[in-house]
Amino acid sequence: MANLAVDFLGIKLKNPLVLASGVLGTSPAVMERCAREGVGAVTSKSAGTEARDGHANLVALAWQGGVINAIGLTNPGCHAELPILIETKKRLKPLGVPLFASIFAPRLEEFGEVARVIAEAEPDLIEVNISCPNVASDFGTPFSATAKSAAEVTREVRRTVKCPISVKLAPNVYNLAEIARAVVAEGADAITAINTVPGMLIDAYAAKPILKNTTGGLSGPAIKPVALRAVWEISQAVDVPIIGTGGISSGIDVAEMIMAGATLVGVGSALVNDGPAVFGKINAELQDFMRSQGYQDLESMRGLVHRRANGTV
Amino acid sequence: MAQCNHGLMRAFKLTKKGQENETTTTLWLDGDLTEAIPGQYVMAWLPDVGEKPFSLHSSAPLALTICAVGPVSRAITALKPGDPLWIRGPLGKGFALTGKKHLLVGGGYGAAPLSYLAEEALKRGDQVVTCLGAASAKDLMLIDELNRLGATVHVTTDDGSFGTQGLVTVAVLEQIESNKPDCLYACGPTGMLMALWDLCQKHKIPAQLSFEALTRCGLGLCGACELDESLCKRLGLPSGWLVCHDGPVARLF
Repeated sequence: MANLAVDFLGIKLKNPLVLASGVLGTSPAVMERCAREGVGAVTSKSAGTEARDGHANLVALAWQGGVINAIGLTNPGCHAELPILIETKKRLKPLGVPLFASIFAPRLEEFGEVARVIAEAEPDLIEVNISCPNVASDFGTPFSATAKSAAEVTREVRRTVKCPISVKLAPNVYNLAEIARAVVAEGADAITAINTVPGMLIDAYAAKPILKNTTGGLSGPAIKPVALRAVWEISQAVDVPIIGTGGISSGIDVAEMIMAGATLVGVGSALVNDGPAVFGKINAELQDFMRSQGYQDLESMRGLVHRRANGTV
Repeated sequence: MAQCNHGLMRAFKLTKKGQENETTTTLWLDGDLTEAIPGQYVMAWLPDVGEKPFSLHSSAPLALTICAVGPVSRAITALKPGDPLWIRGPLGKGFALTGKKHLLVGGGYGAAPLSYLAEEALKRGDQVVTCLGAASAKDLMLIDELNRLGATVHVTTDDGSFGTQGLVTVAVLEQIESNKPDCLYACGPTGMLMALWDLCQKHKIPAQLSFEALTRCGLGLCGACELDESLCKRLGLPSGWLVCHDGPVARLF
């Protein structure tokens, strides 16, 4: 058996799979269910300053390339989120599954406050979501758009909380490496990449956009190449570990993401077919792949694409 | 009916409408969902209005029985023959006919998926008994259709304006005691479903209960439709059971 265990910033995971934020991170029960199905760590749905209903239906659709969604950051607000996270942490602990808590805020100066409230639940990591593509109508341009705004948010969270923080970046920028360096310079312990990719679907028979929000975020197989490129680029720019997320639905996908330089691998839209049972399937496929290719552990695959290119392996 | 360029979504045209009661309409569409089974659902979308889940009244041709309770269901039930309605599905887990004697229970507009199920069972030569409950006579539906198909129908209303006065569980208990079914299938308010579950437990009858929930993504991703954990515990379902993906039918054997 290949060893799938990972040490991530001192946090011990049984395997590299992380429930990506925004998918089923809504309650202790669903997060516990994912943990029992074999995920390595879970990420809660992003919590902000106050409760949000999100967008009206139609909010999500599965299409040939994966999923498009504009849920719109539905959440109960950080104060109501706190007991959910405390209960989730209590349930995950005996299962050996760490809890990552995702946060967002409408304004720069509110990130610290949300982080301070959420940190009371003692999550193993706070993921700072500065890259949701579906709330521009409410909040304006995402903070992930420039190195300056991404760095300012990171600084605000860093000076407020002591726990590890990972900043979640968007792929649709031309200077991803610069943004990654900027958030790491302000104290990000890790980087999560990528968020969903802005997109839209139009129904030709209706001559209308499908989503109520008109545009949404693409996830699933269509964006795997985008995510691989982003992780590949970030991992050359900074030395912090990366949670590589985007279009991962099989064990071989996981291997590719780790070879691109990821330490952990987010899984979200892949739940669309198999539900949380997909984690067991992906882990089994990863085991099979590693055994067939002679990889003893994840470290032997990590960043292999870079090492091969450099001629070091 | 036209296949849209995204996943399961198809643009159907309304062919005819049938009024089931003051607020409930059956809409017949111009195509089939051949892969569907009773108890599954579709998401029905009207551009600029919204999208909501509805169980199947029939799959060939596709028909939906819809109670006008909000803006989306009101707009859909107001469509006219020839108007388009966008459908994605079939989604979720439906009923699985088990045994030969079937007891079907509907509460209010929860009767919507039952004539389709009754038809499938009667096609196999099985026995179908139906108990329909509603607040009042004006909330009842599908009685004539179930009779026409060959099902026995017992009716209760809370106010006694039609059938026997009282809760549908009383009629169900009578059936269980006089003609024990091989399986009970129910759709309706959660309180009714849980009362039926208690009866089924007591009388050792397998139950298949169809739950209603606020449904957003219909894909098992967003978590909006999670069944309350205390109900999951009572039913023996895993915590975090998702109505849109694991259900809407909970098969409890």
